[in-house]
Amino acid sequence: MIAIVDYGAGNLVSVKKALDWLGQECAITSDPGQVATASKVLLPGVGHFASTAALACTGLQSAIADSIGRAIPFLGICVGMQWMFERSQESPETLGLGVLDGECERFPATVKSPHVGWNQLEVDGSSRLLRGVPSGSYVYFTHSFRAPVTGTTVACCEYGGRFSAAVERDHLFGVQFHPEKSGEIGLQMLGNFCAL
Amino acid sequence: MLTKRIIACLDVDGGRVVKGVQFENLRDAGDPAELAKAHSASGADEIVLLDISAAHERRATLLDTVRRAARQLFIPFTVGGGIRTLEDAAAVFSAGADKISINSAALADPSLITRIAERFGSQAVVVAIDAKSIGGAAQWESFTHGGRTAAGRDAIVWAREAESRGAGEILLTSMDRDGTGIGFDCELTRAVADAVRIPVIASGGAGGAQHFVEVFREGHADAALAASIFHYGFSRLVDLKQEIGSQGIPVRWPC
Repeated sequence: MIAIVDYGAGNLVSVKKALDWLGQECAITSDPGQVATASKVLLPGVGHFASTAALACTGLQSAIADSIGRAIPFLGICVGMQWMFERSQESPETLGLGVLDGECERFPATVKSPHVGWNQLEVDGSSRLLRGVPSGSYVYFTHSFRAPVTGTTVACCEYGGRFSAAVERDHLFGVQFHPEKSGEIGLQMLGNFCAL
Repeated sequence: MLTKRIIACLDVDGGRVVKGVQFENLRDAGDPAELAKAHSASGADEIVLLDISAAHERRATLLDTVRRAARQLFIPFTVGGGIRTLEDAAAVFSAGADKISINSAALADPSLITRIAERFGSQAVVVAIDAKSIGGAAQWESFTHGGRTAAGRDAIVWAREAESRGAGEILLTSMDRDGTGIGFDCELTRAVADAVRIPVIASGGAGGAQHFVEVFREGHADAALAASIFHYGFSRLVDLKQEIGSQGIPVRWPC
């Protein structure tokens, strides 16, 4: 069973719908116990980085950290991916999970923010999550902060400079865009995650 | 490169699409779920469903329509029309919408924008502005209730306020151009797009590919929406996007 972690921020129906479409057994849950027994953990997230503080208060963060420690595949989407980093300029007092090095930052004033719409991926071919996803593929973004390009970056995007569109290390995966809203190519990535 | 979005709009009354869009091979050309799926397959970057039903008892029908359309839709899906409260919005999100669009209710109580944005994120809140030119000068007034009631608010001032209250996008319809097919109001679109930092979706007046090129280039629009353009020679969105792309506008291609 794939746990879709609900920490009270935003609308998780779209992610659930996409996994249902792929024929995956999944549940939206805010129960740390259910996260602890899941075969995979998916952390969506929209809105403000500060809302991730709820993860620490509810016991969900320790359940997630524990499951990552047991090598259970984890996928963070949008703010869920940003939370994998150490922190974000959006809410400096809120700590991320810190499994990836770096800080999420705002877009430069030279471009409109938020970054909303379909933009292209520059894909590193070694990614398991992006298997079968060619460079130049379009995916749907909507965000005001972005993760830096680091050693774990497996896809970059260009908007006021390059940033991490997808990150991957062992069984940890994160995407800044919304695979559940990115048409066939997004479904393929979710399918890749489910098949791990 | 970030592309300009081409958004297909479905006007729905009592669970049926009323401004017909011609697709071949559809069992039921008035079914919003089938049309939404066909638009997506044809290259739409996003789907907007506007419920124009007046009657309150039709809300249950709308939620059922949204649920059916959302089930097979994996691109952004916005639903508007008759959303007056946070609870209305929550019901539409639960049915599968990614964004809601509000107009009259936001003008009546602008705090609604903030309340929905705090719960669901700004990216989920589209404020729709129906603007009409007044007095010939570069000035536009906002209208509510399907364009029947003047709100007494300057469209540019209202767009700025909507942004500051947490709107994620502005859906800007030119009432002067709506349904004419003579092109978007580039002057209006540019005035609003330059006044805010959030994306502006131009609407009203699309009649051909050139109109989209103009509203992106001269109107500074981030996205453009159309419903009935398919009556004007483009049977498929994919042809429209190819034509727009060939004139140097970045579009998602191939879709």
